[in-house]
Amino acid sequence: MDEKSAKKEKIPRQPMPEQKPEVRKRNFEEVPLGYDEETAIREAQRCLQCKSPACVQGCPVSVDIPGFIKLIREREFTKAIRHIWERNSLPAVCGRVCPQEIQCEGMCILGKKDRPVAIGNLERFVADREREHGTGDLPPKQHPTGKRVAVVGSGPSGLTVAGDLILKGHDVTIFEAFHKPGGVLVYGIPEFRLPKEIVYSEVNFLERLGVRLECNVVVGRTVSLDELFEEGYDAIYIGVGAGLPRFLNIPGENLIGVYSANEYLTRANLMKAYLFPKYDTPIVRGRNVAVFGAGNVAMDAARTAMRLGAERVRIVYRRSRDEMPARAAEIHHAEEEGIEFHLLTAPKRFIGNESGRVTGVECLRMELGKPDESGRRRPVPVEGSEFELDCDLAVIAVGAAANPLLTQSTEGLEINERGYIVADPETGKTTKRGVWAGGDIVTGQATVILAMGAGRKASDSIHKYLTWGW
Amino acid sequence: MFEILKRHEMADGTVVMNEISAPKIAAKARPGQFVILKANETGERIPLTMADTDPKKGTITVIYQVVGKSTALFRGMQVGEKYQDVIGPLGQPTHLEKLGKVACVGGGTGIAVLHPITRALKEIGNYVYAVIGARTKDLLILEDKMKAASHELEVCTDDGTYGHHGFVTDVLRDLLERENIKLVVGIGPVPMMKFLCKLTAEYGVKTLVSLNPIMVDGTGMCGCCRVTVGGKTRFACVDGPEFDGHAVDFDELAKRLDAYKEEERMAYEKFMKERQAG
Repeated sequence: MDEKSAKKEKIPRQPMPEQKPEVRKRNFEEVPLGYDEETAIREAQRCLQCKSPACVQGCPVSVDIPGFIKLIREREFTKAIRHIWERNSLPAVCGRVCPQEIQCEGMCILGKKDRPVAIGNLERFVADREREHGTGDLPPKQHPTGKRVAVVGSGPSGLTVAGDLILKGHDVTIFEAFHKPGGVLVYGIPEFRLPKEIVYSEVNFLERLGVRLECNVVVGRTVSLDELFEEGYDAIYIGVGAGLPRFLNIPGENLIGVYSANEYLTRANLMKAYLFPKYDTPIVRGRNVAVFGAGNVAMDAARTAMRLGAERVRIVYRRSRDEMPARAAEIHHAEEEGIEFHLLTAPKRFIGNESGRVTGVECLRMELGKPDESGRRRPVPVEGSEFELDCDLAVIAVGAAANPLLTQSTEGLEINERGYIVADPETGKTTKRGVWAGGDIVTGQATVILAMGAGRKASDSIHKYLTWGW
Repeated sequence: MFEILKRHEMADGTVVMNEISAPKIAAKARPGQFVILKANETGERIPLTMADTDPKKGTITVIYQVVGKSTALFRGMQVGEKYQDVIGPLGQPTHLEKLGKVACVGGGTGIAVLHPITRALKEIGNYVYAVIGARTKDLLILEDKMKAASHELEVCTDDGTYGHHGFVTDVLRDLLERENIKLVVGIGPVPMMKFLCKLTAEYGVKTLVSLNPIMVDGTGMCGCCRVTVGGKTRFACVDGPEFDGHAVDFDELAKRLDAYKEEERMAYEKFMKERQAG
């Protein structure tokens, strides 16, 4: 079909084929199944190829979106992925977990009258196609500079910095505290939303480019930043994330069966507790589950609990549906899988039995008052509205704070009153010479793509420093 | 890396010592700190406090008791085999001070954790009384090392098969009556630490305990190892593992340690059956 007739026909946005809810809610396989070539081309034909594309402005790493979509249209799939790699080293990840609806797709001009081009689905398509059928060719590397860079943390921002700098000819080593690379991509985001095989394939791509990876190294404990400089590193990038779980600080929180989302998801994802006893890490398999919070992490925890055999999973959130921070698509997926939403409800205390296991949670009804500093309307408890919810598993997913392990052990690194590292938003430079930082340890908990955007800016700045000086 | 260089079965064979090659960790580790070990791809992350380190040889020593599948798996690992992952050193080192007379009290495999702390307290000039105990003679470990690490050593067995017949707390009570003890370090099973802290509280003697809650990451990320200390939630992995024993909620700790009892029993039985079959 040529472009003219495509326009005449007015192609609708191509739906993403998905596993059926009643099937997928009991397995850990990926929910969306991906486009085939013809569907991808058909979707690509919807793109208007705008002269000054708004979608690119919406992308934190400025991928040339019309450019790669045009190549898909021309069946030049290999060229398309190479085009994306120029700006984004983790397209298979971004195509899956980026909040496209508020970024590229949110700006798409088609979205004004019709539905926007499915940019995320197309990005995922070319990345998956390359992984499954690609030639394995690597992008060209510049001449070795002899400069050494240490990247602390192998999450999205660290991987971005490593990918950028290895291509510019620097020698890069990533240090990871866990026994597997990927950071939040492997411990936090479940298999059914981002298969681990895809993360390892992206990491493997960096290793093939020459990036060295050292797992089991806790920078701040096993080795300090200053010792890394003594070992001969010329620059250090810190991308350790915001790994400290927040709790509700209510009575009964240490009962067995009350998990932080970090622990619950780490057991389930990284340690593969869903395969227990084939894998040795156990997990409480609740029949009646309450998840506190309503962000993407809460949706992940709720959907994981469902897959681990729960009969009933409830999201308990103290504000209303409008304030829920999760992506609309994630909320929709959760609803399809039978997750219940208990809105305007706040936990007051956990109730346990004699062996110290959680059996329920006392809650309060809330109503919304005036907006607070976050701009969301502040929930106010309705007096005397206490009631009890039964649960044998509770997951607290109300956000994360800065982990002080690295910053405490490092001199000369300024942190703000909330424990986050102070870094220039344009360059990622910290107050310590030769040290950059980016991602959640600077901004607080955010998204994969924003962490990658911070990594991109920092890698440009590190490259300038290694070439011209501080 | 992480190759087992020495292996030694202690007590009645249920307690095993592994000296492991881990140069980076050995160079950094100080008394009181721990490592996390993972045997293989499907293994669990298990925290163990280091019983010794040798920065020159680049080795660390851990001593563990076989209690479930993961430790049974560890026990099956021979010299020359490798742990897939060893992470550390983790946790805060013991705060060492010259105070005068101190008592180091250990029970079971807690003695392994106590040993480097005892030695360090002696090295900085304290007069160190050591009291170690076990259920029965065959389960007692590290007697010689504890003798060398302290000035005076007393041994107890619950069944009277060796040394003093009775609990370590009996001997400690005599010591507290007799001597001006400035600090007690008590490491062992949770009930032992609980009763030891009750005793030292009567005498108003500052008491340090080293806690061993269930952990996953060991770097403050998951909050699995939370313990209530002085009414506040603390993370044993980054705030500990040592805490003021008089402020610790031992009953909560004991319950949390039993969180996966059923799963552990199931996994252990399956493992033993498979091993017998294979």
